[in-house]
Amino acid sequence: MELTAATTVRKPVAEVFAFWRDLQNLPTFMGHLKEIRTTGGRTSHWVADAPFGQNVEWDAEITDEVPAEKIAWRSTGDADVPNAGTVRFVPAPDGESTEVHVGLVYEIPGGAIGKAVAQYFGEEPHQQLDDDLRRFKQVLETGEVVRSDGAPWGKRAREEFPQRPAQPLSDAELEKGPDA
Amino acid sequence: MRANTWAGRNKVEVRDVPDPKILNNRDAIVRITSTAICGSDLHLVNGYVPTMQDGDVMGHEFMGEVVEVAPGVAPDRLRVGDRVVVPFPIACGACAACAAGLYSCCENTNPNAGIAEKMFGHPVAGIFGYSHLTGGFAGGQAQYARVPFADVGPLKIESDLTDEQVLFLSDILPTGYMGADMCDIRPSDVVAVWGAGPVGQFAMDSARVLGAAEVIAIDKEPYRLRMAAQAGHTPVNFEEVDVRSRLLELTGGRGPDKCIDAVGLEATHGSPHISAYDRVKQAVRSETDRPHALRQAIMSCRSGGVVSVIGVYGGLIDKFPAGAWMNRSLTLRTGQCHVHRYMKPLLERIERGEIDPTRIITHTLSLNEAERGFEMFKNKQDNCEKVVLKP
Repeated sequence: MELTAATTVRKPVAEVFAFWRDLQNLPTFMGHLKEIRTTGGRTSHWVADAPFGQNVEWDAEITDEVPAEKIAWRSTGDADVPNAGTVRFVPAPDGESTEVHVGLVYEIPGGAIGKAVAQYFGEEPHQQLDDDLRRFKQVLETGEVVRSDGAPWGKRAREEFPQRPAQPLSDAELEKGPDA
Repeated sequence: MRANTWAGRNKVEVRDVPDPKILNNRDAIVRITSTAICGSDLHLVNGYVPTMQDGDVMGHEFMGEVVEVAPGVAPDRLRVGDRVVVPFPIACGACAACAAGLYSCCENTNPNAGIAEKMFGHPVAGIFGYSHLTGGFAGGQAQYARVPFADVGPLKIESDLTDEQVLFLSDILPTGYMGADMCDIRPSDVVAVWGAGPVGQFAMDSARVLGAAEVIAIDKEPYRLRMAAQAGHTPVNFEEVDVRSRLLELTGGRGPDKCIDAVGLEATHGSPHISAYDRVKQAVRSETDRPHALRQAIMSCRSGGVVSVIGVYGGLIDKFPAGAWMNRSLTLRTGQCHVHRYMKPLLERIERGEIDPTRIITHTLSLNEAERGFEMFKNKQDNCEKVVLKP
């Protein structure tokens, strides 16, 4: 499965590139990513949510990197869902913003895992990536992911539909957090 | 706290809900001193805006006192104790839309942007108390509200103007003003305004302030037309006369130079047949909006004129007079109001006495009477023009 998406961030290319290159930032805005740990200059360990409260983990390495221009990576070893990605950073015509073009490739296996992955992405797999990039833009332009009373848990907004009513959270709800 | 909530189609209910809390780093909590019912709240209650949920706190016109500020708000922008009017669109101040002054199209403040994008092609800003499509933010018909990006939106009121004088800076005064602003009014212009509700009245006053030669008010409610006439505008009752003929008469056969649609998606029409056609299409959802006012504005406008749309549309319309629009070189301009752009200059106009926003207030009720307020406003009982609620 191949997914592409793009956004424009009103920040200079160097800053946008640096934020993405620090891979540990990715889980702050990517809906399904729980954690990325940098394990070397070009290697990292990724942990993602999977259906039924399971985690999927894999190692990844950066295969190509041109500062302020692009980053490419792929999973290594026997990942459950082998995947690869590229992100390109292009100065926007306005002279102050950066276009971010992302391409992801997932090799969806057969069997139960493949089925679960397909289900996870749902009917519109590109939507998740679009939402991820929207939050990436929010974090860079405003400092954090925006929350509302209807969608209080930031990057989990889409999973929460239909949402809780647009009325303030109770102390109990706030304490329990997104997993309540 | 007490809050007025959406309780299903045609039903609002004042309930006890939790007090708002800080959720983001640039939030503030405002203790509300005055709030109001907007015509667009009726679209929500009447069921024409999708993604409302039982329990949603309504209201997007409010003001009050800052009682809590998150650490990300610089003290020179906002402090506890400040008296503020809050603009209805939530804007980040940092994205390309905000930088261009298009605050109601802010690219960052709608957590449900993906849904808005499906309906509108591109997402729109978050709005207080205005469905999950615009973010799922609790509204301001309540005792307290959480205000995100509190360092961008709220306007501090440092003079001793009353709540009633400044409350409408939150929405309807800037909305009406933007309707006139989009008309690029010249001193020779005759401006016709469809709808003599609160926004229409302010569009008329604004057209006058911006120098229009004459302003015409089109509505069917005698009391609303009287209110417009008292403010110096020329009334036309669309149930009594043929609007286009009357407009031609009033303009020496030219038609109004500039036309403002301050009605939007729930328009009614003087002809019961035309009204019924759209009402039925809307009921079976084969069109979502009833565009009589817009159609008539386009057909009436002088060639080369501007049709400025500030009435709310939510979806699709039928029988759009594209031929008239194209062949007669009309310009169609529109937008949810970019309130932030207009608040300060309009506050100055209020201070100078050029605009008196209080002239439209007909009812002041307690928040607990919100249900009655909605009923009166919706059914135009007791000559209801604008309801202010006191929490």
